[in-house]
Parts: sequence; C-alpha cells; structure tokens
Amino acid sequence: MGDYTAREIMVTAAAQMLQDGQTVFVGIGIPNLAVNLARRTRCPNLVLIYESGAIGARPARLPISIGDPALVAGADGVCSMPEVFQYCLQRGFIEVGFLGGAQIDRFGNLNTTVIGDYLKPKVRLPGSGGACEIAVLARKVIVVIPHSRRAFPERVDFITSPGFLGGGAERARLGLPGGGPDAVITDLGVLRFDQETREMVLASLHPGVTLDAVRAQTGWPLRAASPLGVTQPPSAEELRVLRGELAPSPDLA
Amino acid sequence: MSKVMTTRDAVARFVPDGASVVMEGFTHLIPFAVGHELIRQRRRHLTLIRLTPDLLFDQMIAAGCARKLIFSWAGNPGVGSLYAFRRAVEQGRPRSLELEEYSHFGLALRLQAGAANLPFLPTRNFAGSDLPRVNPNILPVTCPFTGQSLWAVPALHPDVAILHAQRADEQGNTQVWGLTGVLKEAAFAARCVVVTVEEIVSSDLIRRDPNRTLVPGFRVDAVVEEPFGAHPSYVQGYYDRDNDFYRRWEGISRTEEDLQGYLDTWVYGVSGRREYVERLGETAQRLRAASVLCEPVNYGY
Repeated sequence: MGDYTAREIMVTAAAQMLQDGQTVFVGIGIPNLAVNLARRTRCPNLVLIYESGAIGARPARLPISIGDPALVAGADGVCSMPEVFQYCLQRGFIEVGFLGGAQIDRFGNLNTTVIGDYLKPKVRLPGSGGACEIAVLARKVIVVIPHSRRAFPERVDFITSPGFLGGGAERARLGLPGGGPDAVITDLGVLRFDQETREMVLASLHPGVTLDAVRAQTGWPLRAASPLGVTQPPSAEELRVLRGELAPSPDLA
Repeated sequence: MSKVMTTRDAVARFVPDGASVVMEGFTHLIPFAVGHELIRQRRRHLTLIRLTPDLLFDQMIAAGCARKLIFSWAGNPGVGSLYAFRRAVEQGRPRSLELEEYSHFGLALRLQAGAANLPFLPTRNFAGSDLPRVNPNILPVTCPFTGQSLWAVPALHPDVAILHAQRADEQGNTQVWGLTGVLKEAAFAARCVVVTVEEIVSSDLIRRDPNRTLVPGFRVDAVVEEPFGAHPSYVQGYYDRDNDFYRRWEGISRTEEDLQGYLDTWVYGVSGRREYVERLGETAQRLRAASVLCEPVNYGY
C-alpha cells in the first residue's frame, strides 16, 4: 500500500464514483468526507442533501453530525424533514444515496438494527434513521463499510435497509422505486452486483490487497470479476484536501 | 394573554406521570432544560417520543423516567452508542424499555398525520425492510385510485410536545431558523405544547417577520424563557453544539455509576437551567455563536 491509509482510499474511492452536478443524500462518517472531498475537487456543483433538511450544503468545517449548524450557514436552502423525505427522496430526485452499516450480506441488504434476535439482541444498534428510505427510494446507493467476516455474513440478522433481498428479480417484484445498491466500498476493495443474480461480486482490489485476503474476510464464497481491476489510489490533490481542509478541527479531533 | 411561566411550573402542569411526550429538535434545539426538569421532578412511566433519542433520552432512561420509547435512530451522532438505552434494551436496567421503532421517514409521517388530523399517511417506503415485521404499526395499504401497493403508518397524537426555539412572544408565537426537523409536525400533532426559548421578544418584533414563525401562538400552552436551554445541543445564531461533551458522554454513560454521578452534579445538583449555565462557566462562553447575519427582506406592498 502507498502513502495513504485504508480509510483514505475508502473515501477517495467513494468520491470517485460521483459525477459533477449530481444530487447526493449524505450520511455521516466516510460518506460525509467523500462528498465534501468530491465537492472540493472534481465536482464543484454537487448538491449535498442531508436528512436534517440542509439542501445544497457547503459546510465550512467538517460536520460531526448530520445536523451540524455549519450545514445550514451558506446552504442553498433548508427544509423540514417531512419535506426532505417526501419531496426530495420519495419524489425521486436523489441520484445517489450513501449508506453504511454493521452488516451487509451477499445481496446488499444492510443491518443497522440488532446483532442477534430482535427481541433479545446481543447488541442493540442505533436502528434505521434515514437508511431504510434511502435504500428503498434513492436512484442508486453506494455502501461504505469496512471488510470483515462479521460485517459480511451470508445473511444479515435483520434487514434494516433492503438491497436486492433474496437476489434475482425480488427487489423489482416488490416494487421498490429506487435502483438499489450499485457499489460497496470496503477497506480492501470495491464490489459491484451481478446484473442477473444481484449477487455481490468483487470488482477491484485496492493496491497491495490480494483476492485471498478479501475472501478470508467474506462470509460466503465470493465471486470475483474477470479481469479483476485495481482501485485507483488517492491522488496527491485528494490527499492534500483530505488532510488539510477536511481534517478534523482540534475541537472535533 | 401571556402564557409565560417557569420550566418547573410548565412541567408540573402539563406532564403527568404516564404521559406520552414528544421532545423534538433534530440535533438542533433539543429541549434539555425541560428534560432535566422532568428528571428532577421524578416523572415516571413516560412514553418518550423522538426521532433521535440522543443524550436527552439516554439521561431520562437512566433516571428511570421512561416506560416506552418511540424512535427511529438511537445513537450518539458521530460518536457511537447510547449506553443507558442499550443497558435498558439489552439487560433491562434500570428497568426494561418497550420499543416502538420506525425509520425517520416513518416516524416523521406519524407526526405529520397527527398534525393533519388524518388517521394515517401512506408512503413508498418500507417494502423489503424487516421493520414492518417487528412493528405492527407499519402496514400495507392499497391506493384506492391506482391500485398501487403502499405502506401506511398511523397518526401519532402525543399528550404533550416540548420544543425549544430561538424566540417567541408572550403569546407563544414561536420563531425558528436553521434546521426545523419535525418541530412543526410535533407541535400540531400533540394535545398541548410547551415551548422554551432563548429569548422572549415583543409581539411587534415577531410580526415584522411572520414567515419565520414556525408555531403560531394559538397552538402553544406555555412559554418559558430558558437561555442555553438546549445545551449540549445547539441553537443557530446563539451557541454551537458542544461536540466535546457529546464525545465525553461516551465515557460518562458507559457505567451506571458514572452516569448517576453526572445526573447528581448536573441535574439533581442544580435548581434549574440558570444554575446549570453558571456551572458551565467558560464552556458557555466558548460556545457563543459568531455573527453571520442575513439581509432584511421587504414585506411592503
């Protein structure tokens, strides 16, 4: 691996999937870094929409929460949450939604609710927030999640946010309006979904990572694309912005 | 008629044991002053309603105020877990907590249906999710016009809505700027409304900018001036979010003892918000908002 961290290549791989002018629904963490990186480099006209109601946000500092006051000052607009969910998301205007999670399965279903049984959970996680509606309604979804066997089980314990459900045409049959997961970005590589079976397929390895290493961290026999690509590493410009303007302020460190 | 009263009186009058209480404000304007007063007055068996329970409900759960939680995302934003919430759900301590769980969209719609006095509202959300499987309040419905399959959630009418805002007049005309979340829906859905504000201002000032009024006075039962009433959350134009405290909550809330120690010092150990702010001392100064003003608009005709 070169002069960058696993987290940094996750951020830049996510940022590289965006196109200028897109309307993007943003969550906190790596997605938040990715969209703000893209906006400051290749995609100055990206429209950042946060579930808190900030539209066209231009945060001067990296927000620690999706309701940060810096998302309001200087934004194109602010609307209520019923408006964000109904007029932006349900109306079909969100081109890309970002999601994370504790678990993702073979068909891109995400769990942020419980590990174990719902009524007697081993670990109680935060729940859906806006994730379920993003998964159902955004035109496409990009998932950012660190790779581990625990996070990549064959089936999730609870489907908080549906991907392709049981695979094949099930998502379409149930009439979910959004397109579903398009890519999964981990600290080891980038995965896409087979157009027929809707199963997750490894599309590229991050530089220096082996296929065996990815398979060892995946809870089902993972298919790999042929030829298998190599993820584009962070550019010097991307690293400069990430470590400079987008570095956590001392207050947020 | 003036609706101004103290937080203590507003809580005593409008929030009995066993009440269902929506306390809104999405990251912004979280009504901590009233939450702490509810803890001090030892309210019990409350049904607590918030999209994001946040530190506010973590504290109220730890203090034993809650019987049931209606929510959609229970974490410490950008930090991690709410440990009192997790202890209640995973171990039943200090008592078990009934959960009724939605997504943000689902719970926002319940309040919107309540505000509009409709029995339910439909949505294109939820297909494929396990949430309807664990919550019988999320049900399939067929559109009578198109035959489309949708999902529905029922109206929510909390006994009382508790909100914090930048300013209001004595009649309760309440103005908010910045993120408004589901404040308006909560106010119109509830049976009665208690508003705390940073400043009580003249009705003349309110009427010079009527577009900024989020909740009209006729909907409000009590108005309390409670400066810094939303700390450690924030008030746009008044003070910043105390992100440092949100991060420290991770440590404070990990054990019941440390959390109880926090409540003893910062909730039971003060008579009200004024003393709390005095105790904050320099932190309050550090969080004061910078001045970022917009131009006045012309309401002339």
